[in-house]
Amino acid sequence: MEKTIDTPNQDSKEQESHHGNKNILGFVPGKFKNPLMDRIRKNSLFVSIPGIDMDDPLSLFSALRREKVSRPVIYIGAGTCGLGAGAGKTLQAVRSYLDEKKIEAEVLEVGCIGLCSAEPLMEVQLPGKCRLSFQYVTGEKVKGLLDALFAGNVPYENLLGQHRQAGMEAWPKTPFLDEHPFFGPQTRWVLANCGIIDPTSIDEYIAHGGYQAFVKTIYSLTPAELCDTVEKSGLRGRGGGGFPTGKKWKFALNTPSDRKYMVCNADEGDPGAFMDRAVIEGDPHRVLEGLAIAAYGIGASRAYIYIRAEYPLAIERLKIAIAQAKEYGFLGENILDSGFSLEVLIKQGAGAFVCGEETALMQSIEGKRGMPRPRPPFPAVSGLFGKPTVINNVETLANIPSILDRGPEAFNSIGTKNSKGTKVFALSGKVSRTGLVEVKMGTTVKEIVFDIGGGIPGGLQFKGVQIGGPSGGCIPQSHILIEVDYESLKTVGAMMGSGGLVVMDEKTCMVDIAKFFMDFIQRESCGKCIPCREGTRRMLEILQAITRSRRNENKFDTLERFKGILNLEQLASVIKDTSLCGLGQSAPNPVLSTLKWFRDEYEAHIFERRCPAGACTELLNYSIDTAKCTGCTACSRKCPTQAIIGNPKTPHYIIPGKCIGCGTCVDTCRFDAVVAA
Amino acid sequence: MNNGINIEVNGKKLEAKEGETILSALKRSGINVPTLCHMEGLKPSGACRICVVDVEGFPNLVPSCSYPVAKDMKIKTHSPRAVQARKTIIELLCANHPDDCLYCERNDNCDLSRLAVEYGVRQRRYAGERNRFPLDVSSPSLVRDPEKCILCGKCVRVCEEVQGVAAIDFIRRGSRTTVGCAFEQNLNVSSCINCGQCIMVCPTGALREKSHLKEVIEALNNPEKFVIVQHAPSISVTLAEEFGMSAGYDVAGTMTAALRRLGFDRVFDTSFSADLTIMEEASELVHRIQTGGTLPLLTSCSPGWVKFVEEFYPDFIGNLSSCKSPQQMLGAIIKHVFAKNEGIDPKNIFSVSIMPCTAKKFEAKRPELGVDGISDIDAVLTTRELARLIKQYGLDLNVLEPEAPDTPFGTRSTAGKLFGATGGVMEAAVRTAHYFITGKELDNLRIQPLRGLSGIKEAKINIEGLEIKVAVVSGLGNARALLDDIRAGKRDYHFIEVMTCPGGCIAGGGQPHGTNLDAVRARMQALYNIDQRETVRASHNNTMVQQLYEKFLEKPLSEKSHHLLHTHYSKREVLV
Amino acid sequence: MTVNSSQISGPISQTPNVDLILGKYVDAHRDKLIPILQEVQEMDGYLSRDAVIKIGKHLKLPTGKIYGVATFYNQFRFQSIGKYHILICRGTACHVKGSAAVLKALQRELKIEAGQTTRDGLFSLEVVACIGACGLAPVINVNGEFYGNLTVDKIPKILNQYRNKEKENKDGKNN
Repeated sequence: MEKTIDTPNQDSKEQESHHGNKNILGFVPGKFKNPLMDRIRKNSLFVSIPGIDMDDPLSLFSALRREKVSRPVIYIGAGTCGLGAGAGKTLQAVRSYLDEKKIEAEVLEVGCIGLCSAEPLMEVQLPGKCRLSFQYVTGEKVKGLLDALFAGNVPYENLLGQHRQAGMEAWPKTPFLDEHPFFGPQTRWVLANCGIIDPTSIDEYIAHGGYQAFVKTIYSLTPAELCDTVEKSGLRGRGGGGFPTGKKWKFALNTPSDRKYMVCNADEGDPGAFMDRAVIEGDPHRVLEGLAIAAYGIGASRAYIYIRAEYPLAIERLKIAIAQAKEYGFLGENILDSGFSLEVLIKQGAGAFVCGEETALMQSIEGKRGMPRPRPPFPAVSGLFGKPTVINNVETLANIPSILDRGPEAFNSIGTKNSKGTKVFALSGKVSRTGLVEVKMGTTVKEIVFDIGGGIPGGLQFKGVQIGGPSGGCIPQSHILIEVDYESLKTVGAMMGSGGLVVMDEKTCMVDIAKFFMDFIQRESCGKCIPCREGTRRMLEILQAITRSRRNENKFDTLERFKGILNLEQLASVIKDTSLCGLGQSAPNPVLSTLKWFRDEYEAHIFERRCPAGACTELLNYSIDTAKCTGCTACSRKCPTQAIIGNPKTPHYIIPGKCIGCGTCVDTCRFDAVVAA
Repeated sequence: MNNGINIEVNGKKLEAKEGETILSALKRSGINVPTLCHMEGLKPSGACRICVVDVEGFPNLVPSCSYPVAKDMKIKTHSPRAVQARKTIIELLCANHPDDCLYCERNDNCDLSRLAVEYGVRQRRYAGERNRFPLDVSSPSLVRDPEKCILCGKCVRVCEEVQGVAAIDFIRRGSRTTVGCAFEQNLNVSSCINCGQCIMVCPTGALREKSHLKEVIEALNNPEKFVIVQHAPSISVTLAEEFGMSAGYDVAGTMTAALRRLGFDRVFDTSFSADLTIMEEASELVHRIQTGGTLPLLTSCSPGWVKFVEEFYPDFIGNLSSCKSPQQMLGAIIKHVFAKNEGIDPKNIFSVSIMPCTAKKFEAKRPELGVDGISDIDAVLTTRELARLIKQYGLDLNVLEPEAPDTPFGTRSTAGKLFGATGGVMEAAVRTAHYFITGKELDNLRIQPLRGLSGIKEAKINIEGLEIKVAVVSGLGNARALLDDIRAGKRDYHFIEVMTCPGGCIAGGGQPHGTNLDAVRARMQALYNIDQRETVRASHNNTMVQQLYEKFLEKPLSEKSHHLLHTHYSKREVLV
Repeated sequence: MTVNSSQISGPISQTPNVDLILGKYVDAHRDKLIPILQEVQEMDGYLSRDAVIKIGKHLKLPTGKIYGVATFYNQFRFQSIGKYHILICRGTACHVKGSAAVLKALQRELKIEAGQTTRDGLFSLEVVACIGACGLAPVINVNGEFYGNLTVDKIPKILNQYRNKEKENKDGKNN
């Protein structure tokens, strides 16, 4: 998971090239603001470590990277998902513990470590020893865990593994994280710093090699050369479109204008996707650096980060990062005397999925209703306020610094023929291990779901995995060996999307999934064009008619249901063919995809009025198991149609004619006596 | 120099212009592709998707309204795929549309209905939920029926981009979108200026005028009522179009005959009072120039424009001419001069006007426009309503013999007739102002710089050394630009004619539907032709107008004139 | 989302918060509209009619435009929220793990639909497309506090937490 780090050796030339930290200072002799040095000297918590020279940058950076620590460091995974799992209480418990025991230690809140289903996650680094990683560390577990650790023992109960650190003593009988099935197969380039660094520290980011790419770029590359480099790497848009990034930049670069704009799309509206959020919360400077480099590449003097308002922590981190970058001279007028100026502004989205679409995003920034514009003209030629604009996804920009650091060939060397580099996925749903996963392009879906994800819990059968959110499709068991690649996914009617992967098991109804996505699209459709606004509405109605029970149908519904099925595919093709923007064009995908692979489920719903997965509550028949029923009357009281009869303390009975199939009784019963089949 | 681009359409070679859209190239070649949201002269919206065409090499169908032509493009406008797509779009619109075509105001010229016929939509394929919205009948001029709205957005655009008012906009999003005023309030408390341009661009029956046919028919059938009708200058050159005759064909005579057959007791001509207005207004202009009064003088015969000033530019209220509009002037004259002369109790007179305008319905109800508690005008009918009335009575304009209008208020000069087109009021005013100042007739009565459909026209009129700077504006977006410049001190004029509707009354909100520029031009040309061939070409030479002053009003701007023919304005507190 | 008809007539009331915020945006153009609306809602909890009018005047934009933009986006409310505002996530992962039942339970318990506030002003319910905490699906968020891995039976317990807190406060006040 982590690249091995050599012990810092001040004399080694190889040291210089490996981190090149000296180069930052070397590029701008004398002019570079170095508050780093002053800051660290002032930082009273930084105790001198033998062998480390506080006036020497290499030493300093090594200390910041915590390769050697003189006192314990405790890391808490405090991204939004961690906090949601209770990391706040864990943090409190840790602080109280250290206070009480009067132990001097550093406590850090880091970003998403990755294994969200095991949160809260905590890592402890004792001096001289490898860093240990723990899972499910709720507030109450802290004391026991730290007691054991400070006594020199490994608390195996919550142990996840240890980091492999050369020069540090490994803990006995403790597996290494890079052998863990979740972390091992991953290639964490975009997520390299997430969970490792303090996201509110620009110093740590620099110590890990940050901003080198930026300085190198503005000093030794022309914008055209930069665009060439990015094009050579093969990077394609990670927001879902997959458009070659370098090419997009070139369009804007080659359009003459007095003003150009660079925009980072952090709207991340796909339900089930949280990659961008995690990257911004855990490593905001990486995104900022990528954005600044991109702005340079197209000649923009102002950049916007359009981020959804539902990500308050990420917004907070970005604000801090921008202020820090300004302080250090990486943003502002005439950056580092290079002649390049850049101002970065944050714009919050206001709750519209469609604003993740480029032209709608621009409308939103301009203070209008987020309704897409026709293309041409393309944003790179005439975008925000009529000026050339490039919009890139967070992950796309987060890849930029490492492409320049490692060189485009390194990026190009991994992946498949058409899809280079890595992709971050948000793995969720009916899978044992959920969280953030970054793998090389070309990894198979099977590997992600079964190796990294640990397969389906509860002994249930895998059914499919939804990839690409409401614009995407599902991959069934029969195609599970498909490689993650822009083009390959299209051949099975799916698409890469932004990276949301939702795993489904036998208890998931695919018709229900199609209905769920269509409902989402209907709510989020901007309403401008007829095929999307009216078409998806009718498609949704057809799906609702299929999943509605006979009891709730009106007279002619049966006829409408059959007509509806006949129309579904034709309607889908017109919507795809004529919609104004990507939202509409891809809206029918989940329906078409599930129709393709799970036609039998649809037919069961339509012809047999039965839901094979047992998920469509209205198509189930409800009855009470008299053996389990205690006659508590809870269900009969809650039943909205008074369909349950029975005397107290005697088994109850559901009247089929009155039951509307809402499922309330199932939820209410504490004895599992209601059977829905 | 050939900078044309060669493309292929439906198998035939076509030459297109560099930079133009596919739709524009198709139109010039006479190939019709349907559109619903397209607005000539404005940036393409790309909303309806019905103009899509099949272009070789493109994965999806291409919207012809917004996609530019490219060299060697191969286009099929009516491939099965394109036709299927259009048909589906129409079916989808029909699925969310009320079923009351038989009762609908637009059942004879609804775009959606026409498209359904053209594309063979003969069954209700999608029977699902339909949006429900309340009718808005609050406005005296317009009725809004959001259930029939197909959200093409043309009304919003015309109100904002052409008229500069923006009283309506889209609300909410997705399937729940509707068009409405701020806070979904009713039209009558919004900043709507009643111009009806939205009706002109609406493809369905979602927007229509408030009908006053019922009141008029009742009055016609009431033996105790003396029903008088006046018709605006542009009506006679437009009405023919509603009866299948060509645009610009002047039917003044047969229309008069028809009106009499309908039962109107007198048929007068608003062009008469247009002449009267000129007498008052030219005098007002000369008076202001000579005594250092508030300049520029702004015309006030367009009620949408007057309301616009009251709402958006109240600091210009003092510039507005205090003259009532010709409609209102004639209404006052009828109720107080004609009535007296004929010995009829004004309360028994029902005065009707036929107007190319919906704002006139609002104007007629303005409280300050009644005299001594009696309203000047009792009902206003649009050109469209008149056509319906004539048809209801089984009259055929093709067959009737032309008749002369009633005296004295049916006599007019051609200057009064020119009021129908943008620049006409100014031309008439200049002819008379020249006479008032110099005592002589203008050498060349035709003032070319004031003619034509341009939105802003300027001229410097030299009246024996006195240079009068005038401007003519139509379309209130243009008026805004002009007023803003004047506020900023960038421009100055003595006299400005403003007509709310682009092109003037000939393209007013009450005229036959659509924005057919050719028809508008033809109507305009008809007015100019009338001006060319008749002999009485200046308002001050209208003998009946002269008589009116002699016998009753004394002179322009007299106390009697002020009492009957002038009015005042006030700031309007509306949400702008 | 229509405004009370009683609010239609009458002069514009005092809006100190809005004035404060607008004071920061001198010479602002249309691109500041959404940030201003967001700040006003942040302060007042919702967008009042008078706020919308004032903002339109300040930016020199028609009121209808301001209203049209505000109604387009989910974020903006035209009615005040409850003391405890509940966000329920209806993203894919949450749906697959059963958020539909959780939503129904909330609606049942609170007797309100999404987008509404309870009569006593205590709770309001809002559906969001995705909170981004998919690992803990199904998830709700009450005034910033996350509750994950929910099942239907956990809902009454969570709601009662807040109800009891209110009761305590009331009793505390009465004593």
